Amino acid sequence: MPAVQRTAAEERIDSRSKRVTGLRERAGDRAFRWFVAGFGWMIIALAVMVGLQLAVGSQLTWTKLGAPFLWKSDWDPVAEKFGALPFIYGTLVSSALALLIAIPLGVGSAIFLAELAPRRVSDACTFLIELLAAVPSVILGLMGIFLLVPAVRSVEPTLTKFLGFLPLFRGVPYGVGLLTAGLILSIMILPFITVITREVLLAVPRSLKEAMLALGATHWETVVGVSLPYARSGIAGAVFLSLGRALGETMAVTMVIGNTPKISWSLLDPSYSMAAVIANELTEAVGDLHLSSLIAIGLTLFAITVVINGLARLMIYRVTRRGAAA
Amino acid sequence: MVKTLAMPPQYIPDSSPQGSPGGASQAVTLEVRHLKAGYGTTPVLRDVNIKFYDTKVTAIIGPSGCGKSTMIRCLNRMHEITPGASVEGEVLLEGKSILALDPVELRRHVGMVFQRPNPFPSMSIFDNVASGLVLNGARNRPLIAERVEDSLRKAALWDEVKDKLRQPGMSLSGGQQQRLCIARALAVEPRVLLMDEPCSALDPIATARIEELMLGLKNNLTIIIVTHNMQQAARVSDYTAFMLTGELVEFTQTQQIFTKPSDKRTEDYITGRFG
Ligand SMILES: Nc1ncnc2c1ncn2[C@@H]1O[C@H](COP(=O)(O)OP(=O)(O)OP(=O)(O)O)[C@@H](O)[C@H]1O
Ligand SMILES: [Mg+2]
Repeated sequence: MPAVQRTAAEERIDSRSKRVTGLRERAGDRAFRWFVAGFGWMIIALAVMVGLQLAVGSQLTWTKLGAPFLWKSDWDPVAEKFGALPFIYGTLVSSALALLIAIPLGVGSAIFLAELAPRRVSDACTFLIELLAAVPSVILGLMGIFLLVPAVRSVEPTLTKFLGFLPLFRGVPYGVGLLTAGLILSIMILPFITVITREVLLAVPRSLKEAMLALGATHWETVVGVSLPYARSGIAGAVFLSLGRALGETMAVTMVIGNTPKISWSLLDPSYSMAAVIANELTEAVGDLHLSSLIAIGLTLFAITVVINGLARLMIYRVTRRGAAA
Repeated sequence: MVKTLAMPPQYIPDSSPQGSPGGASQAVTLEVRHLKAGYGTTPVLRDVNIKFYDTKVTAIIGPSGCGKSTMIRCLNRMHEITPGASVEGEVLLEGKSILALDPVELRRHVGMVFQRPNPFPSMSIFDNVASGLVLNGARNRPLIAERVEDSLRKAALWDEVKDKLRQPGMSLSGGQQQRLCIARALAVEPRVLLMDEPCSALDPIATARIEELMLGLKNNLTIIIVTHNMQQAARVSDYTAFMLTGELVEFTQTQQIFTKPSDKRTEDYITGRFG
């Protein structure tokens, strides 16, 4: 077979244009790579620097009180007694409570929006839910003080009456406390869970749903058997994103949690969160140790957030690899 | 949609399988009467009449877009889950109108295999095959295991997967995945198996295996296969239906349609002279 003959001129033009475009592209590529890599490293450097700064600022606490700072439970700036446990407890419990409320609610409404509602209704609702995510947290906090706190106060006696056999629901009905903080947080994270879950449910391939339906599955069985398993890594992502938000939320929580550094079994009792104590006491901290302890709480919060995000990554990675769903 | 030129009325040839070889009257599993279907205001099927026989493979051929998929999706009422879909006419499964049946119930009798293999990604090989049984309320583990093995054997996949039933269904090759989907459909013991271009995503070897498999399966099934591959239709089917722009042009024994088609348009299509 004769090879395709090309004239010398053709060859020359071709190789020149190749060389020119090749060069230009390579130079552009390189500049672009450095440029983007610079941004990438900057983000990493920022995170590391935040951690370092917090570590330096809280040095006094670590040298004076050491690790027991993390599990001591008294906090009395006047007596120079500092223990972070009440804040860690308040933050973790209120966030857990928020997830407990928001996951079923969010996933449920996402199923409705993605699978049952007519497309137009679904889009309109999603728009409204996204608006909810844009409400500043101080506004939600105000709503919390004026609406949620009285409401919780009025149902607390009933809770105590019927569920009082659990230590979780005993105590004086103040209205402010862990339960209210959890409720406010759940309202804040609900939009994330709902909107992302709806999105991943909409991305479930039609062919899989049809396969399930063609086997004689009902609509509901298709959602449970195919859509949710397919979407689980996306849902897990949404949940951890929300958890990150809930852990760090300051304003809305401090307005309704009661700001009392006490550890109590009861969800009805006032509590305190890490972010809230930093915001409330930082400007009034007089002693060096007080200031340093607040920064140490900040470092702890930072570390918890990093660990949780790491775990989330790991879990999502495991799930997607096992199911090969993503 | 472009309106087709005036067509002669629905052609139901004398040589239709009613008077089929062997003379013995054959059991009709599915009968389609005056089926009209469409999407929104666009009609796709215009008055289709056809019968599908027990223990026979019927191939449906025709140019792209003529409504083959739409037709077989009407047979297990998957057509109506498409938003805006409309359907008119009658489909009888063993004499009973499928509209009188719950679609969920119907689909357990009329299984379907899709163009692209679509095993459930979150399930193992075993669970994929067992999924239909579990939906049917089967809870007895040994019985399920037995049926899974049986279905995988029927789908000629057992020997390849028997040592890795717990691995994800997605870990198989494309051809194996398609046989897995066939096993999944067979596990609930359907009366009818609908296959919409089941081999179009597969290589010739995998295709040959599935064709071989169909010949073995038809002994106690009614198989309806949509295909673009004329040789495939000739190899696997007993009857062939040729469709054109939503109408059934010719429906007769496969051998006859490929040797002496009675309609000019069928001949043009089969010989490749068609558009
Ligand atoms: N979901 C849908 N919405 C609107 N129109 C559709 C839809 N699905 C199919 N159609 C139209 O219906 C007609 C028939 O489609 P159908 O899928 O039944 O064809 P087909 O014979 O299976 O073609 P192919 O051989 O390409 O699979 C086509 O004109 C197509 O454009
Ligand atoms: Mg088709």
